[in-house]
Amino acid sequence: MSILGTRVIRTEDPRLLTAGGVYVDDLREPELTGAARATFVRSTVAHALITGIDTSEALAQPGVVAVLTAADMTDMPPPPPAEEPNPDAPPAEGPVPLGGKWSEPLLAVDRVRFVGEPVAIVLTDSTYQGEDAAELVSVDYEQLPAVSSIDAALADDSLLFPDAGTNMCTRGGRDVSDDSIFDGCEVVVEGDVLNQRVACLPMEGRATAAVFAGGKLTVWASTQNAQLSRLIFTAIGLPPDAIRVVAPDVGGGFGAKIGVDREQIVVAWAAKHTGRPVRWVETRNENLLAMTQGRAQRHHIKIGGDRDGKIRAYRLEVIQDTGAYPRMSGFLPMLTNLMAPGVYDIPAVQADYRVVVTNTAPIAAYRGAGRPEAAATIERAVDWFAAAAGLDPAEVRKANFIPPDKFPFVTKSGAPYDTGEYEAALIKVLEASGYDQLRAEQKRRREAGETRQLGLGLASYVEITAADGAAGETAKVEVHDDGTATIYTGSSAQGQGHHTAYAMILQDELGIPMDKIEVIHGDTDLIPDGVGTYASRSLQLGGSAVHKAAIEVKEEAARNAAALFEAAEADVVLDADTGTWHIAGDPDKSLTWAQVAEQADGGLIVANVRFTADRPTFPFGTHLSVVEVDTETGKVTLLRHITADDAGPVLNPILLEGQRHGGIAQGAAQALVEEVLYDTDGNPLTSTLADYGAITAAELPSFELLTSETPTPVNPLGVKGIGEAGTIGSTPAVHNAVVDAVSHLGVRHIDMPMTPEHVWTAISEAQKASAK
Amino acid sequence: MKVELTVNGKEITADVEDRMLLVHFLRDTADLTATNIGCETTSCGACTVLLDGESVKSCTVLAAQADGRSVTTLEGLASDTGEMHPVQKAFHEEHGLQCGFCTPGMVMAIVSLLKENPSPTEAEVRTGLEGNICRCTGYHNIVRAALAAASSGVNK
Repeated sequence: MSILGTRVIRTEDPRLLTAGGVYVDDLREPELTGAARATFVRSTVAHALITGIDTSEALAQPGVVAVLTAADMTDMPPPPPAEEPNPDAPPAEGPVPLGGKWSEPLLAVDRVRFVGEPVAIVLTDSTYQGEDAAELVSVDYEQLPAVSSIDAALADDSLLFPDAGTNMCTRGGRDVSDDSIFDGCEVVVEGDVLNQRVACLPMEGRATAAVFAGGKLTVWASTQNAQLSRLIFTAIGLPPDAIRVVAPDVGGGFGAKIGVDREQIVVAWAAKHTGRPVRWVETRNENLLAMTQGRAQRHHIKIGGDRDGKIRAYRLEVIQDTGAYPRMSGFLPMLTNLMAPGVYDIPAVQADYRVVVTNTAPIAAYRGAGRPEAAATIERAVDWFAAAAGLDPAEVRKANFIPPDKFPFVTKSGAPYDTGEYEAALIKVLEASGYDQLRAEQKRRREAGETRQLGLGLASYVEITAADGAAGETAKVEVHDDGTATIYTGSSAQGQGHHTAYAMILQDELGIPMDKIEVIHGDTDLIPDGVGTYASRSLQLGGSAVHKAAIEVKEEAARNAAALFEAAEADVVLDADTGTWHIAGDPDKSLTWAQVAEQADGGLIVANVRFTADRPTFPFGTHLSVVEVDTETGKVTLLRHITADDAGPVLNPILLEGQRHGGIAQGAAQALVEEVLYDTDGNPLTSTLADYGAITAAELPSFELLTSETPTPVNPLGVKGIGEAGTIGSTPAVHNAVVDAVSHLGVRHIDMPMTPEHVWTAISEAQKASAK
Repeated sequence: MKVELTVNGKEITADVEDRMLLVHFLRDTADLTATNIGCETTSCGACTVLLDGESVKSCTVLAAQADGRSVTTLEGLASDTGEMHPVQKAFHEEHGLQCGFCTPGMVMAIVSLLKENPSPTEAEVRTGLEGNICRCTGYHNIVRAALAAASSGVNK
């Protein structure tokens, strides 16, 4: 019987549960003995010219090894030449920094652009000495007016990059000026939706340790992809083959650890520059100031259609706040544009985007990266449309879904959807939740004028995973002459359970039991070629690569078995249940994997592959959120959250559910409590966990998960990504539910997060408006 | 100053800075790295350990305050024969962890919670874990693990 689809508990866990993981701060490698601690001196102002840096007092402190600034980086290769910025150039295909006049330095040179920007690095014998000395580095600032919001950026009164002449660093999409697409629409709704800035907040922040010895740099980094990080570290003037990057245990990534950040490059450089091992582990305060953040888009939408619920036209205009540096160019809003119409067959779609810089922490990928924003807004827009047409939101969704017989389907925004059963997922959720009874209870509470009102929020979503499937993923599978196997994968885990998943795939193909399979990832000396974990790509690309390698291993093993049996290769079969080789029809004679491997050169059967996919996959589903809103205080309680998330056949339900749970919670947290805030001077207001609204167990219910499995033809496993889907579906479901709970009071929209303050204010304003 | 702590049953004496936090004592002096630092503001609970049997956030306790007292960390939970504590076992079986970073603090918080309340309801578990942040699991399976450990009879 196949192990695939069964509930296998994780092989990763016993070590994590008894000894704890080994994160960068836990490394006790001999090479790191005596490593200096790095502490960054960070800008305390949002926007200023640096007029002087005095390190003398800090240098005189006990335990100080070095205090280094941009002026010390004379042994670095020169930065690439500035390119002429062209805002009308087609967007970069990948999430690359804009560069040129918009370049981000490693340490601030003559200008700082956000509070928390690194200005100097202090190396000390101990952590406490570092904090003491960093406070004594004196930086003189000539303050400039801060650009702390999208509106301030668009005004172009104060420029972050004066050479560029504007704060709008890029724009793209399609023409949105033709209003004739709404001609003949009986119902038209227009409005703004804010997708607020949130913190990625992995529980382990950024961390790096580096040693330069014998001409080789070894870096341990908390990263989602060691191989990409190795390329980034070449910035310090070393070729890739002089760099080894190791990703030890990584305490969460969520997109913010794709590659490595400027601080990590500085740490690697400092180790090379001083000849002393260096370790840097950021504090939570630094993490909330300077790790890349997510979302930060403002949308203007227009949606139109017929009174019977059919949507005819949709327009989405995106403004992306990219923070102080355009780390991803226009990549995120481009994805938002691509996914604009969601699960709906809308005959006319327009979408465009503009990207502006502000004096805030840079924005980059965060769980969903551009797609949650698209789903959040189309799902609000559909609810607006349903309300204006006087229809139930569930009925409007049903009336507009792309039907199953239309797949593969290319949307008007250009997304090539592979497979989908959108209505089936919605119906599952409606039935399991008791939607009609919930609506009846809502009606009862409204009629009774109760203080605690019930809200139901639907979100039907589709998203794009493994968008860069052409880059693929690598796998090397070895079977040894002791009957054990090793998988080397280019796809590193940060908690997703790759070790368990990949070992299950190999056991299923080869019959070698999981406890004889070792999975190795995240070391560029062992795996020089790899892509990594992001874009919900690991199982569909990394897993398919393991599958492909397993098949190649089997082919070579069959030849060896045939030779040992003195039989024709075609007559040799593998019993994948027992992991033994036979001659077809003669189960008495058998060979073990150990015997078959012994026959191979060097006692080793090995396959080294790269799996690529020719197109992305599009997981989908429906979430229903049930909330209670106290109309006197604005307090929201999330009572139930029911979802059908379809990512194709399920490899291991435990891992799938874990990804969904975590995603749902993060998405619900954005809807309910999370927001990174800056004041008008660009001062961060949420730079500790005492201030930032991280969600806890006490604010969430247990989730109700339904199964739905529609395979994709894109990869041999038939799977799509599930890492980000939960986040994408839950934010709009919770958001819609809260607005639904108070819609009878005249509230049409509330910007996220749904804090008591926001909800209470919306209710009071609606009451004031109706009193007039 | 000189402090003497019993950590996981072992006495450790060291000369430390007055301002040294208990979590740094555990990680750097005692070289027990399971206990992680997740915030510095007593918000996230990643550093939760037991001090004389009660859960504390070790980033907000000075090593000096723990002088003469007994500390239990994740490393000290399993039996002498290496068998996992029921809470550890429940985390494994219920998939109560993903990246593992909050896990040591989460496990210690639940050990302490179940000692105070051996048969909690789901709501009591959720309220009891309010001081521990997890970014991976959505708490769903952590809560299940706590309830499973409770029903397995730990502390009964």
